[in-house]
Amino acid sequence: MPRFALALALTALLAVASLFVGVGEVTPRALLWPAPGQDALQLLLVSRIPRTLSIVLAGAALGVAGLVMQLLARNRFVEPSTAGTAEAASLGLLAAMVLTPEMPILGKMLLASGFALAGTALFLGLLRRIPLRSVLVVPLMGLMLGAVIDSVTTFLAYRFDMLQSVNAWTAGDFSGVLEGRYELLWVALLLTLAAYAVADRLTLAGMGEAFTTNLGVNHARILALGLGIVAMVTAAVVVTVGMIPFLGLVVPNLVSMFMGDHARRSIPWIAVAGAAFLLACDLLGRLLLYPYEIPVGTVAGVIGAALFLHLLFRRDARLA
Amino acid sequence: MIEALGVTCRYGATVVVDDVTLRLPAGGITSIIGPNGAGKSSLLSVISRLLPAASGRVLVDGMDVAVTPGDVLARRLSSLRQDNHLPARLTVRDLVAFGRYPHSKGRPTAADRPHVERAISYLGLEAQADRFLDELSGGQRQRAFIAMVLCQDTDYVLLDEPLNNLDMRHAVAIMRLLRRAATELGKTIVLVLHDLNFASCHSDRIVAMREGRVVMQGPPEAIMRPEALREIFDIEASVHEIGGDRIAVFYR
Repeated sequence: MPRFALALALTALLAVASLFVGVGEVTPRALLWPAPGQDALQLLLVSRIPRTLSIVLAGAALGVAGLVMQLLARNRFVEPSTAGTAEAASLGLLAAMVLTPEMPILGKMLLASGFALAGTALFLGLLRRIPLRSVLVVPLMGLMLGAVIDSVTTFLAYRFDMLQSVNAWTAGDFSGVLEGRYELLWVALLLTLAAYAVADRLTLAGMGEAFTTNLGVNHARILALGLGIVAMVTAAVVVTVGMIPFLGLVVPNLVSMFMGDHARRSIPWIAVAGAAFLLACDLLGRLLLYPYEIPVGTVAGVIGAALFLHLLFRRDARLA
Repeated sequence: MIEALGVTCRYGATVVVDDVTLRLPAGGITSIIGPNGAGKSSLLSVISRLLPAASGRVLVDGMDVAVTPGDVLARRLSSLRQDNHLPARLTVRDLVAFGRYPHSKGRPTAADRPHVERAISYLGLEAQADRFLDELSGGQRQRAFIAMVLCQDTDYVLLDEPLNNLDMRHAVAIMRLLRRAATELGKTIVLVLHDLNFASCHSDRIVAMREGRVVMQGPPEAIMRPEALREIFDIEASVHEIGGDRIAVFYR
Protein backbone atom coordinates (compact mmCIF):
# COMPACT_ATOMS: atom_id res chain seq x y z
CA MET A 1 0.00 0.00 0.00
CA PRO A 2 2.30 2.79 -1.23
CA ARG A 3 -0.09 5.61 -0.38
CA PHE A 4 -0.14 4.56 3.24
CA ALA A 5 3.64 4.27 3.32
CA LEU A 6 3.83 7.79 1.95
CA ALA A 7 1.53 9.08 4.68
CA LEU A 8 3.61 7.32 7.30
CA ALA A 9 6.81 8.82 5.90
CA LEU A 10 5.31 12.30 5.90
CA THR A 11 4.22 11.89 9.51
CA ALA A 12 7.65 10.61 10.47
CA LEU A 13 9.18 13.66 8.82
CA LEU A 14 6.94 15.96 10.85
CA ALA A 15 7.88 14.05 13.99
CA VAL A 16 11.58 14.48 13.28
CA ALA A 17 11.02 18.19 12.63
CA SER A 18 9.21 18.39 15.96
CA LEU A 19 12.31 16.98 17.67
CA PHE A 20 14.50 19.77 16.38
CA VAL A 21 12.27 22.81 16.72
CA GLY A 22 12.48 24.82 19.90
CA VAL A 23 14.34 27.50 21.82
CA GLY A 24 16.97 25.21 23.32
CA GLU A 25 19.50 24.22 20.72
CA VAL A 26 18.93 20.65 19.65
CA THR A 27 20.42 19.95 16.24
CA PRO A 28 21.95 16.78 14.83
CA ARG A 29 25.29 18.57 15.04
CA ALA A 30 24.82 19.49 18.71
CA LEU A 31 23.90 15.90 19.47
CA LEU A 32 26.94 14.41 17.79
CA TRP A 33 29.48 16.97 18.94
CA PRO A 34 28.05 18.48 22.13
CA ALA A 35 29.50 21.88 22.97
CA PRO A 36 30.72 22.12 26.55
CA GLY A 37 28.06 23.28 28.98
CA GLN A 38 25.18 22.35 26.66
CA ASP A 39 23.39 19.10 26.99
CA ALA A 40 21.39 18.70 23.82
CA LEU A 41 20.94 14.99 24.42
CA GLN A 42 19.43 15.64 27.84
CA LEU A 43 17.02 18.18 26.34
CA LEU A 44 16.10 15.74 23.59
CA LEU A 45 15.38 12.90 25.98
CA VAL A 46 13.59 14.82 28.69
CA SER A 47 11.58 17.28 26.64
CA ARG A 48 11.58 16.90 22.86
CA ILE A 49 11.02 13.15 22.57
CA PRO A 50 8.27 13.08 25.20
CA ARG A 51 6.61 16.07 23.55
CA THR A 52 6.72 14.53 20.09
CA LEU A 53 5.54 11.16 21.33
CA SER A 54 2.67 12.69 23.24
CA ILE A 55 1.56 14.63 20.16
CA VAL A 56 1.63 11.50 18.02
CA LEU A 57 -0.24 9.46 20.63
CA ALA A 58 -2.85 12.13 21.35
CA GLY A 59 -3.41 12.94 17.67
CA ALA A 60 -3.90 9.33 16.67
CA ALA A 61 -6.12 8.51 19.64
CA LEU A 62 -8.32 11.61 19.32
CA GLY A 63 -8.83 11.02 15.58
CA VAL A 64 -9.92 7.44 16.15
CA ALA A 65 -12.07 8.43 19.13
CA GLY A 66 -13.80 10.92 16.83
CA LEU A 67 -14.56 8.21 14.30
CA VAL A 68 -15.92 5.90 17.00
CA MET A 69 -18.16 8.70 18.27
CA GLN A 70 -19.42 9.38 14.74
CA LEU A 71 -20.23 5.73 14.17
CA LEU A 72 -21.99 5.32 17.51
CA ALA A 73 -24.03 8.52 17.21
CA ARG A 74 -24.53 7.91 13.48
CA ASN A 75 -23.70 11.50 12.79
CA ARG A 76 -20.72 12.95 10.95
CA PHE A 77 -20.49 16.05 13.07
CA VAL A 78 -19.94 14.73 16.55
CA GLU A 79 -16.69 14.19 18.37
CA PRO A 80 -15.68 14.29 22.03
CA SER A 81 -15.66 18.10 22.09
CA THR A 82 -19.11 18.40 20.46
CA ALA A 83 -20.87 15.80 22.58
CA GLY A 84 -20.18 16.88 26.12
CA THR A 85 -17.51 14.19 26.54
CA ALA A 86 -14.52 16.48 26.94
CA GLU A 87 -16.38 18.90 29.21
CA ALA A 88 -17.57 16.05 31.40
CA ALA A 89 -14.01 14.72 31.59
CA SER A 90 -12.76 18.06 32.78
CA LEU A 91 -15.53 18.27 35.37
CA GLY A 92 -14.43 14.82 36.54
CA LEU A 93 -10.83 15.96 36.75
CA LEU A 94 -11.89 18.98 38.80
CA ALA A 95 -13.84 16.70 41.12
CA ALA A 96 -10.74 14.55 41.55
CA MET A 97 -8.56 17.59 42.28
CA VAL A 98 -11.00 18.93 44.84
CA LEU A 99 -12.00 15.72 46.58
CA THR A 100 -8.79 13.70 46.50
CA PRO A 101 -5.88 15.92 45.50
CA GLU A 102 -3.40 13.23 46.51
CA MET A 103 -4.83 10.66 44.15
CA PRO A 104 -2.28 9.36 41.60
CA ILE A 105 -2.73 10.57 38.03
CA LEU A 106 -4.09 7.21 36.84
CA GLY A 107 -6.83 7.38 39.45
CA LYS A 108 -7.69 10.93 38.37
CA MET A 109 -7.88 9.78 34.78
CA LEU A 110 -10.22 6.96 35.69
CA LEU A 111 -12.50 9.32 37.58
CA ALA A 112 -12.43 11.72 34.62
CA SER A 113 -13.27 8.73 32.36
CA GLY A 114 -16.25 7.91 34.52
CA PHE A 115 -17.53 11.47 34.18
CA ALA A 116 -16.82 11.45 30.42
CA LEU A 117 -18.75 8.21 30.09
CA ALA A 118 -21.71 9.63 32.01
CA GLY A 119 -21.65 12.83 29.94
CA THR A 120 -21.57 10.96 26.65
CA ALA A 121 -24.27 8.55 27.76
CA LEU A 122 -26.40 11.55 28.70
CA PHE A 123 -25.79 12.97 25.22
CA LEU A 124 -26.82 9.75 23.49
CA GLY A 125 -29.80 9.42 25.81
CA LEU A 126 -30.93 12.93 24.86
CA LEU A 127 -30.48 12.05 21.19
CA ARG A 128 -32.88 9.16 21.52
CA ARG A 129 -35.51 11.51 22.89
CA ILE A 130 -35.24 14.10 20.14
CA PRO A 131 -37.92 13.45 17.58
CA LEU A 132 -36.39 15.48 14.80
CA ARG A 133 -32.82 14.34 14.43
CA SER A 134 -31.51 16.68 11.82
CA VAL A 135 -27.81 16.32 11.10
CA LEU A 136 -26.90 19.67 12.48
CA VAL A 137 -29.18 19.63 15.50
CA VAL A 138 -27.21 16.70 16.90
CA PRO A 139 -23.81 18.41 17.30
CA LEU A 140 -25.60 21.63 18.25
CA MET A 141 -27.21 19.82 21.14
CA GLY A 142 -23.87 18.29 22.06
CA LEU A 143 -22.29 21.75 22.13
CA MET A 144 -25.10 23.02 24.36
CA LEU A 145 -24.75 20.08 26.71
CA GLY A 146 -21.01 20.72 26.77
CA ALA A 147 -21.57 24.38 27.59
CA VAL A 148 -23.91 23.50 30.44
CA ILE A 149 -21.40 21.05 31.93
CA ASP A 150 -18.66 23.58 31.37
CA SER A 151 -20.52 26.25 33.28
CA VAL A 152 -20.91 23.88 36.21
CA THR A 153 -17.16 23.25 36.07
CA THR A 154 -16.39 26.95 35.93
CA PHE A 155 -18.68 27.70 38.85
CA LEU A 156 -17.16 24.98 41.00
CA ALA A 157 -13.63 25.93 39.97
CA TYR A 158 -14.38 29.52 40.91
CA ARG A 159 -15.68 28.44 44.30
CA PHE A 160 -12.64 26.26 44.96
CA ASP A 161 -10.21 28.76 43.49
CA MET A 162 -9.04 26.43 40.76
CA LEU A 163 -9.93 28.36 37.63
CA GLN A 164 -6.33 28.40 36.46
CA SER A 165 -5.92 24.65 36.59
CA VAL A 166 -9.19 24.23 34.73
CA ASN A 167 -7.99 26.55 31.98
CA ALA A 168 -4.84 24.48 31.68
CA TRP A 169 -6.73 21.35 30.77
CA THR A 170 -9.42 22.89 28.61
CA ALA A 171 -6.85 24.41 26.24
CA GLY A 172 -4.56 21.74 24.87
CA ASP A 173 -0.90 22.54 25.19
CA PHE A 174 2.15 20.34 24.79
CA SER A 175 4.70 22.81 26.09
CA GLY A 176 4.52 21.39 29.58
CA VAL A 177 5.10 17.82 28.48
CA LEU A 178 8.19 16.32 30.07
CA GLU A 179 9.40 12.82 30.66
CA GLY A 180 7.26 11.31 33.41
CA ARG A 181 4.24 13.53 32.66
CA TYR A 182 2.83 12.10 29.48
CA GLU A 183 3.04 8.33 29.85
CA LEU A 184 -0.69 8.07 30.48
CA LEU A 185 -1.10 8.64 26.75
CA TRP A 186 0.16 5.13 26.11
CA VAL A 187 -3.16 4.05 27.61
CA ALA A 188 -4.81 6.02 24.82
CA LEU A 189 -2.73 4.09 22.30
CA LEU A 190 -3.84 0.78 23.81
CA LEU A 191 -7.46 1.95 23.56
CA THR A 192 -6.91 2.92 19.93
CA LEU A 193 -5.62 -0.58 19.24
CA ALA A 194 -8.68 -1.94 21.02
CA ALA A 195 -10.87 0.12 18.71
CA TYR A 196 -9.04 -1.35 15.75
CA ALA A 197 -9.59 -4.86 17.09
CA VAL A 198 -13.37 -4.34 17.20
CA ALA A 199 -13.43 -2.21 14.03
CA ASP A 200 -15.94 -4.41 12.21
CA ARG A 201 -18.43 -4.26 15.02
CA LEU A 202 -18.03 -0.49 15.28
CA THR A 203 -18.75 -0.19 11.56
CA LEU A 204 -21.84 -2.33 12.10
CA ALA A 205 -22.98 -0.12 14.96
CA GLY A 206 -22.69 2.79 12.54
CA MET A 207 -25.36 1.15 10.41
CA GLY A 208 -27.90 1.21 13.16
CA GLU A 209 -29.50 -1.09 15.67
CA ALA A 210 -31.74 -3.07 13.31
CA PHE A 211 -28.87 -3.75 10.97
CA THR A 212 -26.59 -4.85 13.79
CA THR A 213 -29.24 -7.06 15.37
CA ASN A 214 -30.01 -8.73 12.06
CA LEU A 215 -26.38 -9.79 11.79
CA GLY A 216 -26.46 -11.25 15.28
CA VAL A 217 -24.40 -8.62 17.06
CA ASN A 218 -25.50 -7.15 20.37
CA HIS A 219 -25.90 -3.44 19.66
CA ALA A 220 -26.05 -2.34 23.29
CA ARG A 221 -22.82 -4.14 24.06
CA ILE A 222 -20.86 -2.62 21.20
CA LEU A 223 -22.29 0.78 22.09
CA ALA A 224 -21.04 0.40 25.66
CA LEU A 225 -17.64 -0.79 24.49
CA GLY A 226 -17.24 2.07 22.02
CA LEU A 227 -18.38 4.64 24.58
CA GLY A 228 -15.88 3.25 27.07
CA ILE A 229 -13.07 3.67 24.56
CA VAL A 230 -14.09 7.23 23.67
CA ALA A 231 -14.50 8.28 27.30
CA MET A 232 -11.14 6.88 28.40
CA VAL A 233 -9.23 8.31 25.44
CA THR A 234 -10.77 11.73 26.04
CA ALA A 235 -9.99 11.58 29.74
CA ALA A 236 -6.40 10.49 29.14
CA VAL A 237 -5.84 13.39 26.75
CA VAL A 238 -7.59 15.97 28.94
CA VAL A 239 -5.63 14.89 32.00
CA THR A 240 -2.21 14.96 30.32
CA VAL A 241 -2.27 17.76 27.74
CA GLY A 242 -5.76 19.28 27.76
CA MET A 243 -8.50 19.16 25.17
CA ILE A 244 -7.77 19.60 21.48
CA PRO A 245 -10.95 20.63 19.71
CA PHE A 246 -12.09 19.62 16.20
CA LEU A 247 -9.33 17.09 15.52
CA GLY A 248 -11.71 14.17 16.02
CA LEU A 249 -14.14 15.86 13.69
CA VAL A 250 -12.08 16.94 10.71
CA VAL A 251 -9.60 14.08 10.49
CA PRO A 252 -12.15 11.23 10.21
CA ASN A 253 -14.26 13.28 7.81
CA LEU A 254 -11.33 14.05 5.55
CA VAL A 255 -10.22 10.42 5.56
CA SER A 256 -13.78 9.29 4.89
CA MET A 257 -13.89 11.33 1.71
CA PHE A 258 -11.42 9.08 -0.05
CA MET A 259 -11.35 5.94 2.11
CA GLY A 260 -14.99 5.51 3.07
CA ASP A 261 -16.13 4.51 6.53
CA HIS A 262 -15.18 0.88 6.82
CA ALA A 263 -13.41 1.25 10.15
CA ARG A 264 -11.06 -1.67 9.51
CA ARG A 265 -9.60 0.25 6.58
CA SER A 266 -9.98 3.80 7.82
CA ILE A 267 -8.67 3.51 11.39
CA PRO A 268 -4.98 3.18 10.38
CA TRP A 269 -5.38 6.19 8.10
CA ILE A 270 -7.17 8.22 10.74
CA ALA A 271 -4.52 7.41 13.33
CA VAL A 272 -1.69 8.49 11.03
CA ALA A 273 -3.51 11.55 9.73
CA GLY A 274 -4.51 12.57 13.28
CA ALA A 275 -0.88 12.39 14.39
CA ALA A 276 0.27 14.37 11.34
CA PHE A 277 -2.43 17.01 11.81
CA LEU A 278 -1.51 17.55 15.44
CA LEU A 279 2.24 17.57 14.71
CA ALA A 280 1.68 20.20 12.06
CA CYS A 281 -0.51 22.31 14.40
CA ASP A 282 2.03 22.08 17.19
CA LEU A 283 4.94 22.99 14.89
CA LEU A 284 2.97 25.93 13.59
CA GLY A 285 2.22 27.05 17.13
CA ARG A 286 5.90 26.86 17.98
CA LEU A 287 7.11 28.71 14.89
CA LEU A 288 4.54 31.47 14.38
CA LEU A 289 5.60 33.63 17.32
CA TYR A 290 9.05 32.14 17.82
CA PRO A 291 10.50 32.12 20.43
CA TYR A 292 7.05 32.23 22.06
CA GLU A 293 4.43 29.51 21.69
CA ILE A 294 0.78 29.47 20.74
CA PRO A 295 -0.95 26.56 22.52
CA VAL A 296 -1.74 23.73 20.13
CA GLY A 297 -5.39 23.76 21.23
CA THR A 298 -5.72 27.26 19.81
CA VAL A 299 -3.98 26.44 16.53
CA ALA A 300 -5.93 23.20 16.10
CA GLY A 301 -9.12 25.09 16.98
CA VAL A 302 -8.57 27.70 14.28
CA ILE A 303 -7.47 25.30 11.54
CA GLY A 304 -10.01 22.69 12.59
CA ALA A 305 -12.86 25.21 12.61
CA ALA A 306 -11.91 26.36 9.11
CA LEU A 307 -11.85 22.79 7.83
CA PHE A 308 -15.11 22.07 9.66
CA LEU A 309 -16.80 24.99 7.93
CA HIS A 310 -15.43 23.74 4.64
CA LEU A 311 -17.00 20.33 5.31
CA LEU A 312 -20.30 21.96 6.17
CA PHE A 313 -20.37 24.11 3.07
CA ARG A 314 -19.26 21.43 0.69
CA ARG A 315 -21.85 21.42 -2.02
CA ASP A 316 -22.35 17.68 -1.98
CA ALA A 317 -22.24 17.45 1.80
CA ARG A 318 -23.96 14.21 2.59
CA LEU A 319 -26.49 15.33 5.12
CA ALA A 320 -26.60 12.03 6.86
CA MET B 1 -41.74 -22.98 10.35
CA ILE B 2 -42.37 -19.53 11.72
CA GLU B 3 -44.96 -19.37 14.48
CA ALA B 4 -46.25 -16.15 15.96
CA LEU B 5 -48.24 -17.00 19.10
CA GLY B 6 -50.51 -14.30 20.47
CA VAL B 7 -48.13 -11.51 19.48
CA THR B 8 -49.09 -8.03 20.62
CA CYS B 9 -47.01 -4.98 19.98
CA ARG B 10 -47.53 -1.40 21.13
CA TYR B 11 -46.07 2.00 20.56
CA GLY B 12 -46.99 3.81 23.74
CA ALA B 13 -50.72 3.32 24.15
CA THR B 14 -51.32 2.48 20.49
CA VAL B 15 -51.68 -1.21 19.77
CA VAL B 16 -50.15 -1.85 16.35
CA VAL B 17 -50.15 -5.65 16.37
CA ASP B 18 -53.12 -7.06 18.21
CA ASP B 19 -52.85 -10.63 19.49
CA VAL B 20 -51.72 -12.16 16.20
CA THR B 21 -51.34 -15.90 15.92
CA LEU B 22 -49.90 -16.99 12.61
CA ARG B 23 -48.18 -20.11 11.34
CA LEU B 24 -46.05 -19.91 8.23
CA PRO B 25 -44.78 -23.30 7.04
CA ALA B 26 -41.22 -23.59 5.76
CA GLY B 27 -40.68 -22.99 2.05
CA GLY B 28 -42.31 -20.71 -0.47
CA ILE B 29 -43.08 -17.03 -0.62
CA THR B 30 -45.53 -15.44 1.77
CA SER B 31 -46.62 -11.87 1.17
CA ILE B 32 -48.14 -9.76 3.90
CA ILE B 33 -50.52 -7.15 2.53
CA GLY B 34 -52.85 -4.62 4.08
CA PRO B 35 -53.57 -0.92 4.27
CA ASN B 36 -51.18 1.59 5.83
CA GLY B 37 -50.92 1.21 9.58
CA ALA B 38 -52.16 -2.37 9.55
CA GLY B 39 -49.14 -3.51 11.55
CA LYS B 40 -47.40 -5.42 8.74
CA SER B 41 -43.96 -3.95 9.29
CA SER B 42 -44.26 -4.20 13.04
CA LEU B 43 -45.20 -7.86 12.83
CA LEU B 44 -42.25 -8.51 10.54
CA SER B 45 -39.97 -6.64 12.96
CA VAL B 46 -41.19 -8.70 15.90
CA ILE B 47 -40.64 -11.93 13.96
CA SER B 48 -37.10 -10.85 13.14
CA ARG B 49 -36.52 -9.77 16.79
CA LEU B 50 -35.86 -6.17 15.83
CA LEU B 51 -38.81 -5.08 17.92
CA PRO B 52 -39.74 -6.65 21.24
CA ALA B 53 -43.30 -7.94 21.54
CA ALA B 54 -45.39 -6.58 24.40
CA SER B 55 -46.72 -10.09 24.81
CA GLY B 56 -46.71 -13.36 22.94
CA ARG B 57 -43.89 -15.35 21.44
CA VAL B 58 -42.32 -15.94 18.06
CA LEU B 59 -40.76 -19.30 17.28
CA VAL B 60 -38.55 -19.93 14.26
CA ASP B 61 -38.01 -23.65 13.83
CA GLY B 62 -38.99 -23.93 17.47
CA MET B 63 -36.45 -21.34 18.65
CA ASP B 64 -37.91 -18.44 20.61
CA VAL B 65 -36.48 -15.35 18.86
CA ALA B 66 -36.53 -13.31 22.06
CA VAL B 67 -34.11 -15.63 23.89
CA THR B 68 -32.11 -17.39 21.16
CA PRO B 69 -28.56 -15.97 20.95
CA GLY B 70 -28.39 -13.33 18.26
CA ASP B 71 -25.59 -14.95 16.29
CA VAL B 72 -27.34 -18.32 16.18
CA LEU B 73 -30.49 -16.71 14.85
CA ALA B 74 -28.51 -14.60 12.37
CA ARG B 75 -27.46 -17.77 10.59
CA ARG B 76 -31.08 -18.91 10.26
CA LEU B 77 -33.03 -15.76 9.63
CA SER B 78 -32.19 -12.52 7.91
CA SER B 79 -34.29 -9.41 7.58
CA LEU B 80 -34.26 -6.12 5.81
CA ARG B 81 -36.13 -3.09 6.97
CA GLN B 82 -37.93 -0.62 4.83
CA ASP B 83 -35.87 2.39 5.65
CA ASN B 84 -32.20 1.69 5.09
CA HIS B 85 -30.59 4.98 5.62
CA LEU B 86 -26.85 4.75 6.07
CA PRO B 87 -24.78 7.67 7.19
CA ALA B 88 -21.66 5.53 6.83
CA ARG B 89 -19.81 5.59 3.54
CA LEU B 90 -19.37 1.96 2.53
CA THR B 91 -18.82 0.40 -0.85
CA VAL B 92 -21.40 -2.02 -2.22
CA ARG B 93 -18.93 -4.88 -1.79
CA ASP B 94 -18.27 -3.90 1.86
CA LEU B 95 -21.97 -3.85 2.57
CA VAL B 96 -22.65 -7.18 0.90
CA ALA B 97 -19.65 -8.75 2.66
CA PHE B 98 -21.22 -7.80 5.99
CA GLY B 99 -23.86 -10.38 5.18
CA ARG B 100 -21.19 -12.99 5.89
CA TYR B 101 -20.64 -11.60 9.38
CA PRO B 102 -22.71 -14.24 11.21
CA HIS B 103 -20.69 -16.94 9.46
CA SER B 104 -17.22 -15.48 9.56
CA LYS B 105 -17.32 -13.23 12.64
CA GLY B 106 -15.95 -10.32 10.69
CA ARG B 107 -12.92 -12.21 9.45
CA PRO B 108 -13.93 -12.98 5.89
CA THR B 109 -12.36 -16.21 4.72
CA ALA B 110 -11.66 -17.32 1.19
CA ALA B 111 -14.87 -19.33 1.39
CA ASP B 112 -16.89 -16.14 1.90
CA ARG B 113 -15.69 -14.39 -1.22
CA PRO B 114 -17.67 -16.46 -3.75
CA HIS B 115 -20.83 -15.81 -1.68
CA VAL B 116 -20.23 -12.08 -1.91
CA GLU B 117 -19.49 -12.07 -5.63
CA ARG B 118 -22.48 -14.31 -6.35
CA ALA B 119 -24.85 -12.04 -4.42
CA ILE B 120 -23.48 -9.00 -6.23
CA SER B 121 -23.96 -10.59 -9.64
CA TYR B 122 -27.45 -11.91 -8.74
CA LEU B 123 -28.52 -8.34 -8.20
CA GLY B 124 -26.66 -7.08 -11.26
CA LEU B 125 -24.41 -4.78 -9.28
CA GLU B 126 -21.02 -5.81 -10.72
CA ALA B 127 -20.41 -2.39 -12.24
CA GLN B 128 -21.20 -0.63 -8.94
CA ALA B 129 -19.42 -3.08 -6.62
CA ASP B 130 -16.64 -0.68 -5.65
CA ARG B 131 -18.70 2.48 -5.52
CA PHE B 132 -19.84 4.08 -2.31
CA LEU B 133 -23.49 3.60 -1.38
CA ASP B 134 -24.10 7.34 -1.14
CA GLU B 135 -23.11 7.68 -4.79
CA LEU B 136 -25.79 5.27 -6.01
CA SER B 137 -29.39 5.77 -7.00
CA GLY B 138 -32.12 4.72 -4.59
CA GLY B 139 -32.86 1.60 -6.59
CA GLN B 140 -29.23 0.54 -6.78
CA ARG B 141 -28.88 1.06 -3.05
CA GLN B 142 -32.00 -1.02 -2.42
CA ARG B 143 -30.54 -3.81 -4.54
CA ALA B 144 -27.26 -3.61 -2.62
CA PHE B 145 -29.16 -4.16 0.63
CA ILE B 146 -31.04 -7.11 -0.82
CA ALA B 147 -27.71 -8.55 -2.01
CA MET B 148 -26.43 -8.26 1.54
CA VAL B 149 -29.39 -10.15 2.95
CA LEU B 150 -29.03 -12.87 0.31
CA CYS B 151 -25.33 -13.09 1.11
CA GLN B 152 -26.30 -13.86 4.69
CA ASP B 153 -27.60 -17.10 3.19
CA THR B 154 -30.25 -17.95 5.76
CA ASP B 155 -33.18 -20.38 5.53
CA TYR B 156 -35.60 -17.59 6.36
CA VAL B 157 -35.50 -14.25 4.57
CA LEU B 158 -37.80 -11.44 5.73
CA LEU B 159 -38.02 -8.34 3.57
CA ASP B 160 -40.04 -5.24 4.31
CA GLU B 161 -41.08 -3.54 1.07
CA PRO B 162 -38.21 -4.90 -1.01
CA LEU B 163 -39.58 -3.29 -4.17
CA ASN B 164 -39.29 0.22 -2.75
CA ASN B 165 -37.48 2.58 -5.11
CA LEU B 166 -37.20 -0.04 -7.84
CA ASP B 167 -38.23 0.47 -11.43
CA MET B 168 -40.44 -2.15 -13.08
CA ARG B 169 -37.62 -4.10 -14.60
CA HIS B 170 -35.75 -4.43 -11.32
CA ALA B 171 -38.89 -5.08 -9.32
CA VAL B 172 -39.73 -8.03 -11.56
CA ALA B 173 -36.12 -9.21 -11.47
CA ILE B 174 -36.12 -9.20 -7.65
CA MET B 175 -39.39 -11.11 -7.46
CA ARG B 176 -38.08 -13.72 -9.94
CA LEU B 177 -34.89 -13.98 -7.96
CA LEU B 178 -36.83 -14.57 -4.75
CA ARG B 179 -38.96 -17.15 -6.53
CA ARG B 180 -35.84 -18.97 -7.62
CA ALA B 181 -34.35 -18.83 -4.13
CA ALA B 182 -37.57 -20.32 -2.76
CA THR B 183 -37.91 -23.03 -5.38
CA GLU B 184 -34.31 -24.04 -5.98
CA LEU B 185 -32.74 -23.39 -2.59
CA GLY B 186 -35.80 -24.14 -0.48
CA LYS B 187 -35.73 -20.80 1.29
CA THR B 188 -38.69 -19.43 3.19
CA ILE B 189 -39.38 -15.89 2.12
CA VAL B 190 -41.71 -13.49 3.87
CA LEU B 191 -42.38 -10.11 2.31
CA VAL B 192 -44.35 -7.04 3.13
CA LEU B 193 -45.65 -5.83 -0.20
CA HIS B 194 -47.65 -2.80 -1.18
CA ASP B 195 -48.20 -3.81 -4.75
CA LEU B 196 -51.15 -6.18 -4.65
CA ASN B 197 -50.56 -7.54 -8.13
CA PHE B 198 -46.93 -8.38 -7.43
CA ALA B 199 -48.13 -10.28 -4.37
CA SER B 200 -50.73 -12.07 -6.47
CA CYS B 201 -48.31 -13.10 -9.23
CA HIS B 202 -45.41 -14.30 -7.13
CA SER B 203 -46.68 -15.54 -3.76
CA ASP B 204 -47.60 -18.99 -2.57
CA ARG B 205 -49.52 -17.51 0.34
CA ILE B 206 -50.94 -14.11 1.11
CA VAL B 207 -51.58 -12.90 4.63
CA ALA B 208 -53.87 -9.89 4.86
CA MET B 209 -53.72 -7.61 7.87
CA ARG B 210 -55.91 -4.80 8.99
CA GLU B 211 -55.85 -2.77 12.20
CA GLY B 212 -53.21 -4.96 13.79
CA ARG B 213 -54.96 -8.24 13.09
CA VAL B 214 -54.68 -10.96 10.48
CA VAL B 215 -58.04 -10.79 8.74
CA MET B 216 -57.50 -13.33 6.00
CA GLN B 217 -54.89 -15.72 4.71
CA GLY B 218 -54.59 -18.23 1.93
CA PRO B 219 -53.36 -18.77 -1.61
CA PRO B 220 -53.62 -15.80 -4.01
CA GLU B 221 -56.91 -17.17 -5.44
CA ALA B 222 -58.53 -16.84 -2.02
CA ILE B 223 -57.44 -13.26 -1.45
CA MET B 224 -57.61 -11.85 -4.96
CA ARG B 225 -61.40 -11.54 -4.99
CA PRO B 226 -63.40 -8.29 -5.09
CA GLU B 227 -65.21 -9.08 -1.81
CA ALA B 228 -62.00 -9.93 -0.03
CA LEU B 229 -60.21 -6.81 -1.26
CA ARG B 230 -63.16 -4.68 -0.18
CA GLU B 231 -62.93 -6.13 3.29
CA ILE B 232 -59.15 -5.68 3.54
CA PHE B 233 -58.62 -2.34 1.83
CA ASP B 234 -62.06 -0.70 1.57
CA ILE B 235 -61.66 -0.45 -2.17
CA GLU B 236 -63.78 -1.44 -5.12
CA ALA B 237 -61.58 -3.57 -7.34
CA SER B 238 -62.32 -5.84 -10.22
CA VAL B 239 -60.16 -8.94 -10.48
CA HIS B 240 -59.22 -10.30 -13.89
CA GLU B 241 -57.44 -13.49 -14.78
CA ILE B 242 -54.69 -12.66 -17.25
CA GLY B 243 -52.23 -15.32 -18.39
CA GLY B 244 -53.03 -17.45 -15.35
CA ASP B 245 -52.46 -14.60 -12.85
CA ARG B 246 -55.12 -12.75 -10.95
CA ILE B 247 -54.78 -9.03 -11.46
CA ALA B 248 -56.76 -6.52 -9.44
CA VAL B 249 -57.77 -3.32 -11.19
CA PHE B 250 -58.58 -0.46 -8.87
CA TYR B 251 -57.12 2.58 -10.55
CA ARG B 252 -60.34 4.46 -11.28
